[in-house]
Amino acid sequence: MRKYIGKRLLMFIPTIILISFVIFFIIQLPPGDYVDSYVGALAAEGEIFTEEEILELRKQFGLDDPWIIQYFNWVKDIILRGDFGYSFEYGRDVWSVIMDRLYLTLAVSFIILIFQYGVSLPVGIYCANHQYSAGDYIWSFFGFIGTATPNFLLAIIIMYYIYVTTGNVYLGLFSTEMLQNGMRWEYVPEFLGRCAIPLIVIGTSGTCGIIRTVRAQMLDEQARQYTLTARAKGCSEWTITYKYCLRAALNPVVSGLAGSLRTIFSGSTVSAIVMNLAIQGPVLLTALKSQDMYLAGTIVLIQAVLVLVGTLLSDIALAWLDPRIRFSERS
Amino acid sequence: MALFKKKTSRDESYYMASQWTLMWRKLQKHKLAKFSLVLLLILYLGALFADFIAPYGLEEFSALYKNTAPTKVYWTDEDGNLCRPYVHPLKKTNDRKTFKVVIAEDTSTKYYLDFFVEGIEYKLFGFIPTNVHLYGLVDEEGNPAPRTGSSAGRINIFGADTNGGCIFSRILFGSRVSLTVPFVSAALSFVLGILLGGISGYFGGWVDNVIQRIIEVLSAIPSIPLWMALSAAIPPGISVSAMYLYITIILSFIGWTGLARVVRGKFISLRQEDYVTAARLAGVSDFSIIVRHLVPGFLSYLIVNLTLGIPGSILGETSMSYLGLGMKAPATSWGVLLKETEDLVSVAQYPWRMIPLIFVVITVLAFNFLGDGLRDAADPYK
Repeated sequence: MRKYIGKRLLMFIPTIILISFVIFFIIQLPPGDYVDSYVGALAAEGEIFTEEEILELRKQFGLDDPWIIQYFNWVKDIILRGDFGYSFEYGRDVWSVIMDRLYLTLAVSFIILIFQYGVSLPVGIYCANHQYSAGDYIWSFFGFIGTATPNFLLAIIIMYYIYVTTGNVYLGLFSTEMLQNGMRWEYVPEFLGRCAIPLIVIGTSGTCGIIRTVRAQMLDEQARQYTLTARAKGCSEWTITYKYCLRAALNPVVSGLAGSLRTIFSGSTVSAIVMNLAIQGPVLLTALKSQDMYLAGTIVLIQAVLVLVGTLLSDIALAWLDPRIRFSERS
Repeated sequence: MALFKKKTSRDESYYMASQWTLMWRKLQKHKLAKFSLVLLLILYLGALFADFIAPYGLEEFSALYKNTAPTKVYWTDEDGNLCRPYVHPLKKTNDRKTFKVVIAEDTSTKYYLDFFVEGIEYKLFGFIPTNVHLYGLVDEEGNPAPRTGSSAGRINIFGADTNGGCIFSRILFGSRVSLTVPFVSAALSFVLGILLGGISGYFGGWVDNVIQRIIEVLSAIPSIPLWMALSAAIPPGISVSAMYLYITIILSFIGWTGLARVVRGKFISLRQEDYVTAARLAGVSDFSIIVRHLVPGFLSYLIVNLTLGIPGSILGETSMSYLGLGMKAPATSWGVLLKETEDLVSVAQYPWRMIPLIFVVITVLAFNFLGDGLRDAADPYK
């Protein structure tokens, strides 16, 4: 087991390097660069640049090199100086732009992940144990509605409903008072209320998938002979469900962990735009659109590394859960 | 005695039936799945006959009708007697006192609802030229009502969009994109996922390592930048059908990795089973072992995954359109239609713009329920 984890950790470094390369390649793929979109935006306001000025700008930003050189410079600065480059759009360090929103983004994503698994595991088990019961249908229905509605529309509908019933518009995670006076204890209930909308909107999209997987797996396992044996031995239903079936049924759920994380990152981008959340997603989108490549590249890199950590954790959990995988890794 | 005999014969047919016959029988018992299957069939037929069912073409809009609520159909005449259903067209007048432009129903004119009305020309199935539409409006003499211009009489059963186009017609034309792109892309990523995941899990070793790294890299990158980069790489000004093909490929290129990981996990745990060793000893080829012995072992999971993959891409397409990366007007898809309801104000003012959402939800739910039914049917011996 320890050797397996060590091997996976070693694998981690080349993967990250490969990913950074792919990310950089993808981000520079759309035609044009930041200078083009900058000049274009200013030209729309009536300011015309000469050819020399554009070349000068490009040189100043270091955009005149081929992309592969730009990539090596970027990686070199990250490794040697911890410098993730310069954000053209914000006119300061990429890292300081990211730090503005990093903690909130991580907190929101983590809470959503907990919410997803916290809701869908028990519900999936319940639905499998009570197949075709009213509860099974009701839970499936709610899960389905959450998945079947596009995130941004669900956000709009919920906000509209809240507006109609309470007269308040909950845009963003913080109210103006909170931003003016700083966080105080009396604001906590309102803050939690504001958190609930993104939680429901982004969380439900993945919940149904997990519920269905757990239900399907549990039903498959319950039909196996070992379940029959356990029941014949006189094991309690609790032991059969949680000690035998669940352990086997968790296999695909655990390997889907990294996927859920990625879905949350993508889902939160679209919903954050609708709900005006101060998290990383909208920054990423504008950075991608204006070709602010170091900022976009760093945000995507951070998300990708987090997903990779998720993959690693899920692989370790799989090896721990399923002795067959552990055994095959050893041999 | 007759009853007893009947019962045994049924039992015999049960034991004699093949796996697929049993699965079909079991699927038919699942009412929700059967209902969903019928619903999907209707939706796909709607897409196939879109030109015929839609009263107006995509380019046929009337500024007079922009952002109007669903057209009111009258079933009774002035005296309150039941009569042939009719609608009043809208008319633009200037208020003499305030000079305000007023658009109101012109109660002096009646256009009657009729079936098989002549409208814009189209080619049914792409090769039968005709101009007959399922329903439309006619005047007293039975001539079709003007569809565009300042004296247009229109029936927009789901209301009109910002240009004054019929939302119902756009939903139908949009379904051609929204119902086929996801199907093709889910099938493509399904094949890729099983193939690469299967190879990776069955052979192991360096093949496994290479495929795993590729999957890891692809699945670690969040989909938004992938979409943006790939759709920005689509050359501008290409035809709608080419755009459509590109979107399909983008969606499937991103979609296969999750399935491949799961398939690999399943292969690793199944290849240790005795029956696989037995097959190998009996000289069965690797390909046959994968297809005949291993894949049926977790078919139910794959079916759930496939049917969940289709609605996933339907929703993916709406997100892409919302971010302005997918299809763009005048080409239409459900995502394009939903993009038009992008803020609170438009939902509050023009609630009928949410109607396309109902179609998205119904389709996604139908695929999910069908998948559920298939899952239960995939294991017919239970």
